Amino acid sequence: MKVSAEEVKHIAQLSRLTVPETEMQIFTEQFNQILSYADIMQKVDTTGIEPTPYVLPITNAFREDIAKPGVSHEAALSNAPAVENDGFKVPRVLE
Amino acid sequence: MTKYITVIGLEVHAELKTKSKAFCSCSTEFGGTPNTHVCPVCLGMPGALPSLNKQVVEFAIRVGLALNCEIKPYNKFDRKNYFYPDLSKNYQISQFDKPICEHGHIDINLDGVEKRIGITRIHMEEDAGKLNHSGASISTSDSSSVDYNRAGVPLIEIVSEPDMRSAEEARAYLENLKAILEYTDVCDCKMQEGSLRCDANISIMPEGATEFGTRAEIKNLNSFRALVRAIEYEVERQKEVIEKGGKVVQETRTWDDANGKTLSMRSKEEAHDYRYFAEPDLVPVDLDEAWIERVRAELPELPAQRQARLMEQFGLPKYDASIIVASKAMAEYFDEAVKNAQDAKGVSNWLLGDVSAYLNNEGISISEFKVSPAHLAELVNLTKEGVLSSKLAKKVFAEMLKEDKAPKALVKELGLEQVSDEGAIMKLVEETIAENPQSVIDFKAGKDRAIGFLVGQIMKKSKGKANPGMVQKMLKEKMQ
Ligand SMILES: [Zn+2]
Repeated sequence: MKVSAEEVKHIAQLSRLTVPETEMQIFTEQFNQILSYADIMQKVDTTGIEPTPYVLPITNAFREDIAKPGVSHEAALSNAPAVENDGFKVPRVLE
Repeated sequence: MTKYITVIGLEVHAELKTKSKAFCSCSTEFGGTPNTHVCPVCLGMPGALPSLNKQVVEFAIRVGLALNCEIKPYNKFDRKNYFYPDLSKNYQISQFDKPICEHGHIDINLDGVEKRIGITRIHMEEDAGKLNHSGASISTSDSSSVDYNRAGVPLIEIVSEPDMRSAEEARAYLENLKAILEYTDVCDCKMQEGSLRCDANISIMPEGATEFGTRAEIKNLNSFRALVRAIEYEVERQKEVIEKGGKVVQETRTWDDANGKTLSMRSKEEAHDYRYFAEPDLVPVDLDEAWIERVRAELPELPAQRQARLMEQFGLPKYDASIIVASKAMAEYFDEAVKNAQDAKGVSNWLLGDVSAYLNNEGISISEFKVSPAHLAELVNLTKEGVLSSKLAKKVFAEMLKEDKAPKALVKELGLEQVSDEGAIMKLVEETIAENPQSVIDFKAGKDRAIGFLVGQIMKKSKGKANPGMVQKMLKEKMQ
């Protein structure tokens, strides 16, 4: 499996990262190195084997529906770069 | 001109009525100061781990069974990745390829015609936070302020098949679904507050076509009226695009209620690359048969069953029963009132007539209605017993709206008892005949209108209190 510079650009955009044109070549090569490593795994014959997203034999870890206080309002906002109207201030959002 | 067929599917998000959030113990209480029901989990702090609220699964099973779904025993959660400030973790925990419920349906009834609308799936997920804009709208604001109180509140998303063919069918489906969510007591269903939200996928295709047209997804439909208007607008817009030789673009559009338009938001292909993968921080959920069967056994009476009961137990017409059961609160009010009433249809007439008119006028729901069910029942009984004419009953009702007093007491206070005393009525009949000799001649000549006039005169004399049946009967007898 190989990705193109176009796909790397798309992934960068989804991740809200700016990748300069000059570095696109390096990133594409690095992506492909990682993917070729994963190719080794792809060679294993997995016919008849169910997908295994979880390796631990644990299911049904539940919490009862009881509300408890979280952190204080002040603590919640203490790491915010900017605060406005009791909320996390963010630049205007437009798609 | 080409005739087009409209194809509609609805995606409904319902906030579940749990006490705590889906993956942390923060309160789900609505409103309050921003960022006061938050913790490291719902704020997306590094290293914080989610833990699943059992009640969320319980509610999802309950809704699935009420909507005739298959409940899937194996469940896992997935991460839906996207960047938006209302999403603290930059992913939403949802269910992608293994939803908890599949293959359900709701039967709707429009003008006596039954139609089955398929439900593709129901899955569990978490709500996002809320963006408050500094300016009047998103586009005129320099900044936004994010409140994460709602982040992590449990949701179920109910996705229908594209089975609806008109705005009215979509409305009927949503009304039925809302009633079921109310009856199963899993959701507040307040569309204005956003605890029930609806998106519509709409496309059109020429009559006879076998393949659906390209669809647009319409968001921000927070009332039944908005849903109907948005569908009607969108269908006309798509027709115009096609008639002009253009192509409908697959995209997300938002409903602008003030201007009655849908507006393009973003192109779907670009933004919807969610790169779902299994949520590694939550273990799978394995539902055993016993759990599902317990929830099934505990299912409350649902709107369709209740409608059948009202028809059978009280002899209500289907139309009356269907309107009463459409709202859980209305159905409960009816059940309370009918306990004390001698005439179930009488209770229904009041609820569908003057009570509904009053509620609509005031813009309130029946749960905020001040007249108690027992008092409405008493009013029905006074009419049934002939103490009050229907006209005077309306007068008493108007007084009850001002203050929830017992109708019997009000009848006395206002001096409104219907006169059923033969002697008193005979006196009025004789007086009126003497005063209107021409009408008596007309009556004898076979003019039916004359009797109506004379009854009217007598009722006027009695200030509406004479028993109209007795007046009519005694008047006829006297003139023979
Ligand atoms: Zn929390």
